[in-house]
Amino acid sequence: MYSKGLAPLAAATAVTITTAFTLVFFYAPNDADQGFIQKIFYVHVPMAIVALGGFVAGGVFAIKHLRSGDSSWDLRSYVAIHLSIILGVGVLATGAIWAKASWGHWWVWDEPVLVSFLVVFLLYCVYYPLRFSIEDPGRQARYSSVFAIAAGAFVPLNFVAVRMAESFTHPRVLSQTGGDLPGDMRLTFLVSLLGMVLLFVTLWKLELTAKHASMQLKKLRNRARVAA
Amino acid sequence: MIAAARTILRKDLLIEWRTKESVPAMVLFSITVYVLFHFGLDRDSLDGELASGVLWVTLLLAAVIGVSRLFAAEREQGGIDGLLLSPVDRTALFVAKAVALFLFLTAVELVAVPAFGLLLLGPGLGGAFPELLAVLVLGNLGVAAVGALVSALAAETRAHELIVPILLLPLLVPVLIACAQATEPLFRQEAGPEDLGRWLGLLTLYDVVFVLLSVAVFDFLLED
Amino acid sequence: MDAAIELEGVERRYGERVALAGVSVSVPEGATLAVLGGNGAGKTTLLRVLAGLLRPHGGRAHVLGAALPDERWKLPARVGYVGHEPLLYRELSGRENLRYHGDLHGVQHGRIQEVLEELEIAGRADEPVRDLSKGLVQRLAIARAILHEPTLLLLDEPRANLDPAAAELVEPLIGRSSGRTRVLVSHDVSGALEESDVALGLKGGRPAPVDAELYR
Repeated sequence: MYSKGLAPLAAATAVTITTAFTLVFFYAPNDADQGFIQKIFYVHVPMAIVALGGFVAGGVFAIKHLRSGDSSWDLRSYVAIHLSIILGVGVLATGAIWAKASWGHWWVWDEPVLVSFLVVFLLYCVYYPLRFSIEDPGRQARYSSVFAIAAGAFVPLNFVAVRMAESFTHPRVLSQTGGDLPGDMRLTFLVSLLGMVLLFVTLWKLELTAKHASMQLKKLRNRARVAA
Repeated sequence: MIAAARTILRKDLLIEWRTKESVPAMVLFSITVYVLFHFGLDRDSLDGELASGVLWVTLLLAAVIGVSRLFAAEREQGGIDGLLLSPVDRTALFVAKAVALFLFLTAVELVAVPAFGLLLLGPGLGGAFPELLAVLVLGNLGVAAVGALVSALAAETRAHELIVPILLLPLLVPVLIACAQATEPLFRQEAGPEDLGRWLGLLTLYDVVFVLLSVAVFDFLLED
Repeated sequence: MDAAIELEGVERRYGERVALAGVSVSVPEGATLAVLGGNGAGKTTLLRVLAGLLRPHGGRAHVLGAALPDERWKLPARVGYVGHEPLLYRELSGRENLRYHGDLHGVQHGRIQEVLEELEIAGRADEPVRDLSKGLVQRLAIARAILHEPTLLLLDEPRANLDPAAAELVEPLIGRSSGRTRVLVSHDVSGALEESDVALGLKGGRPAPVDAELYR
C-alpha cells in the first residue's frame, strides 16, 4: 500500500538529482572568497531544510496516529524521523566542512541555523532509546508519538530562541540562505532542494514498503505457527 | 477536574513533606554545583553573562533531579494502577504533577538563588529584583510543564534515569536561552540596557505552547 | 445487557506473545466467577482487562454494561480491585491513603472511619503503611477497594497474608455474602470452586477445562 507511485517517484528523483549535480558543478559560479568548497552549501542547506521538514512531518503523522489509533501512521512517523536523523548527521558533517572552509574552524556558534539544528539533533537522538526501551508495542507506538509531537513543536520554538540569542549573526550566511541569492545560484539551490525533497520522499516510501512487507511476512509466519 | 488535581497535589506534597527526598537533594545539588563552578572557572565572583549562565545551568540541572523523582512514588508502590483505577481525568494528573514540580522548584530557588548571591554573584541580588522574580516564575512554569510531560514519558521505560536528563535538557534550551539572556543585564556591575520584554515574551510563548501540548497529549500516556 | 460480565473471544497480546485468546464467559449479576490456572496462565491479565487497566486487542467485552475498550472510563467508579500490589503509599498512614482514594471517588469522610472499624484497623490507621504488617496492609488494601461501594469486585488472592480471624472479618465485605458480583483468582482450587457460581480455567491464555491438567 505504500509503494504506489514509487517507480515514477524514484525516476523523478534520479532525474532531479542528476540535474542538480550538473548545475552545481558546471553552472553555479565559484564563490570568490571560499572557492569550490562553498558548493557544499548546495547539499548542506537543502539537507537541513528537508531534515527539519521531516521532523515536523513526523510530528504531524504522530498526531494522526494518536487520533486514529491506526498504527500505520506510527510507522510513517517513525520512518520520517529515522530518515531525518540520518540526514541530520549529514547536515552536521557538511556544516562542519563548510565551517572549516569558510571560517577555519570545524564548528562555529555564530550560525543560528546550525546551532539550533545541533540542539534538535540531540533531542531526536533520544527517540531511539525511548522507543526501544518500551516493550509493549502499543505503548511504544503511543509514547513515541507523544515524543514526536512534543519534539515537532519544539523545532520552531528552538529555532526562534537560538536566532534571538545570536542576534549579532554574521551577515554573509544570512544573505546566502535568504532571498538575496543571485540568479544562477538561486536556480541551482532550488533544484538541489527539490532533489533532496524527492530523495527523502522516495527513501521514505521505500523504507515503508520494506517494513510493511516484513511485518506482513511475520504475521503470516505467526498465523502458520499458531495453526500448526 | 480541579478537585481531583487538588487531591493528587495534596498527596504529593504530603509525601514530599514526610520523606523530604527531592527538595533538599536539589538544594544540596545546586550549592555543590556552585562550588564546582568556583573551582572549575577559578573565579571568586561572577557578573553579567557568566553569572547568568552559571545560575540557570545549575537550576536546570537541579530540575532534572526533580523531574526524575516526580512519578517515583507511583513507580515504587505500583501506584500507577492506583491512579488508573480512580475516576480521574488524565488532565487532572498532569496539572497536579506540574504544579507539584513548580512548587518544588520554587522551594529550591528560595534557598539556591540567595545562596548564589552569597557565594558567587559579584554585584549582589538586590538590583535584580523584581525582574528576577518574573523570569523565575515564567521559567519555572515552562520547566514544570515540560518536566511533567517528560517524567510521564519516561516513567515506565526501563532506563528512565538515563532518559530523563537527555530528553529534558535539549527541550529546555529555549528556557535557558531566555532566562540567561534576561538576567544577564541584571547581574552586571553597572546597570546596562535591558531587553526583558522580548525574553519574557519568548518564555510566555514557550509556556503556552508546552502547557497546551502537554494537556492535549497526556491522555495518551499512562494507559494501556 | 443483563449479565454483569459478558466476554466473547477476548484477546490480549503482549508483542508477539499471546496473553489471552478466545476467552468467553458470561457472569450474571451477583454471581461469582472463579478464574483458575497455573502461573502465567493469564489470570491476572484477565482481571486487569476486566478492571479497565488493559484494553482488549480482540473480541467483545462488556463489563457492567460498559463496552471495552471504548467505555473503560465508566468502570473505575464501580469496580473494586484487590491485586498483587496493595496500591497504598507507604509514607502515608492508612487513614491518609483512604482519604486520598476516597476524595478521588467522592466518598464521604464518615465512610472512612466506618470501613476502618469494620476491618478492625482503626487503632493503627494513623501509622505509616510501611510500619504495618503484611496482614494489616492487606486489610487496608481491601478497605481501599470497597471504600466507594463498588458493584463489581475483582479479587486476586484477596486472603493472602490474612489469618483465619481476619479472613472471617473480610467475608461480609468481599465474600459471597457481600452480594456483589465477584471475579476471584485463587490458587486454592477447591475453596474457590466452593464459593463460585461460574468457573473459568486458563492455560497459556486460552480457556481450558478445570481439571488436573490445568496446573501442569
